[in-house]
Amino acid sequence: MKAFVELRGVSKGFDSASGRMNVLEDVNLEVAEGEFVAIVGYSGSGKTTLMSLLAGLIKPDSGSVTVAGKPVLGPGPDRGVVFQNYSLLPWLTVFENIHLAVDQVFAHETPVARRERTERYVQLVNLTHAKDRKPGQLSGGMRQRVSVARALAMDPKVLLLDEPLGALDALTRGTLQTEIERIWQADKKTVVMITNDVDEAVLLADRIIPLSAGPRATLGPAVSVEIERPRDRKALNHHPEFKHVRSRVIEYLLGSAAKRRATREREQPRAVLSDAREVEA
Amino acid sequence: MLKIASSRLWKGLFLPLLGIFFVVGLWALTSSTWAPALPSPARTWEVSKPYILAPFEKRGELDQGILRFTWYSLIRVAKGYSLAILIGTPLGLLLGVSKWFTNSFDPIIQILRPVSPLAWLPLGLVIFQKPEPAGIFTIAMCSMWPTVLNTALGVRSIPQDYLNVARVLQLSRWKTLFRVLLPAALPYMFTGFRLSLGIAWLVIVAAEMLTGAPGVGGFLWQEYNALIYEHIILCIITIGVVGFGLDRVMGLIERRFKSA
Repeated sequence: MKAFVELRGVSKGFDSASGRMNVLEDVNLEVAEGEFVAIVGYSGSGKTTLMSLLAGLIKPDSGSVTVAGKPVLGPGPDRGVVFQNYSLLPWLTVFENIHLAVDQVFAHETPVARRERTERYVQLVNLTHAKDRKPGQLSGGMRQRVSVARALAMDPKVLLLDEPLGALDALTRGTLQTEIERIWQADKKTVVMITNDVDEAVLLADRIIPLSAGPRATLGPAVSVEIERPRDRKALNHHPEFKHVRSRVIEYLLGSAAKRRATREREQPRAVLSDAREVEA
Repeated sequence: MLKIASSRLWKGLFLPLLGIFFVVGLWALTSSTWAPALPSPARTWEVSKPYILAPFEKRGELDQGILRFTWYSLIRVAKGYSLAILIGTPLGLLLGVSKWFTNSFDPIIQILRPVSPLAWLPLGLVIFQKPEPAGIFTIAMCSMWPTVLNTALGVRSIPQDYLNVARVLQLSRWKTLFRVLLPAALPYMFTGFRLSLGIAWLVIVAAEMLTGAPGVGGFLWQEYNALIYEHIILCIITIGVVGFGLDRVMGLIERRFKSA
């Protein structure tokens, strides 16, 4: 497998009251071109830090991040990011939010071509009827679609999805999952998606990589999802492969959390009681 | 329906009028008892009548209708205020964007901020040698600070997400400024603009008093020297009403930008 997106021995820490704390430690990741990889982990385990490293918004303390053979030195439109909280500019309309990206990436095209390109992406996410509305007048699902359209409109080499559907209700989530799969099937872009929903990962990804519980989180063994596409959400629940993949990922995550608790008990015996209560609650 | 309308009328009109009557009553009581030099409300109205009923008349340099004086003052305030905005906004942007700049200039700003207009005016006279620019200088120096500080606060409070978008898109510095920073900071900036305008109007009296320029403040000071105390009260009321009006207008503009 030739790696298109590659993390090699990446560690990243932040300063805290009790000294520098590594959020991610020795993270290795290889994603092939056109592959859809989902990284699943607990909230607070450093998922967003991992995404920021891939996007180039922060730099690793050690190790290297490579995309398409080139080291990542900063953020850029070759890696389209769909941020966790959409990050739409509230003073711009749906059309303008996407057009800002198009104008920037396709500056060499004529204004007419750029407008048409923007229109196309507005249509791709079925928002033509709402293109002149501002984000404040949209539902969460619609905002997320704008955010996806903006990322796709940059025609990135890699699409980075940071818990893209985390803030949505279950029904909207289902609709958008189908939509993301449809767009990915049509475009065949390399996708790295971060999520805390194992079912979502199984539904969408070619491979699932669990991220162990933080701090000092690292990526666990990858699990391939050998389920033919398009995947039917209703039928999936009874698919033997689905159950198999799901339980392997969950087992790893639970195991890593238990191990993390055990080490913490050894390191800080006094904090155990309050911690244990927290976990139960 | 009727109930809502009457309750609105009650809150919007009767209660404010009640407050005004109370204060005017207190004023009448004061002038008729322990401060006989203070003109009574009736006497103030009597003496001020020509200035109010012919508000735009010009009888002499310092003998003009009250709205004509107000107009002069407004022009002067507009000049000083524009200067304050023109200097204050970029200064605030720099403070918001650059830690280095903040560390260098924030202390001196905090020191200059509380200085009274009465202190700036003589310095303005020394620098410019003429009363008019000295007055405008004073208004600008005093009214600049809310704009500076609120613009800086606005830039600092921009969510990191918006800046990340600018970084992922690799927007140029100018594009980041005009497409992201300014629009995101605009609601804060307008709060600053509004507070600045309030101060600019507040300072007008001081600026005109000492320079003797025609305007509400100049008129007030002249009439004090001429012992026509009724006109002092007329000027105070005028300044108050105009200031209230300006604040209301700015408030409306501010709300438009906030909801946008």
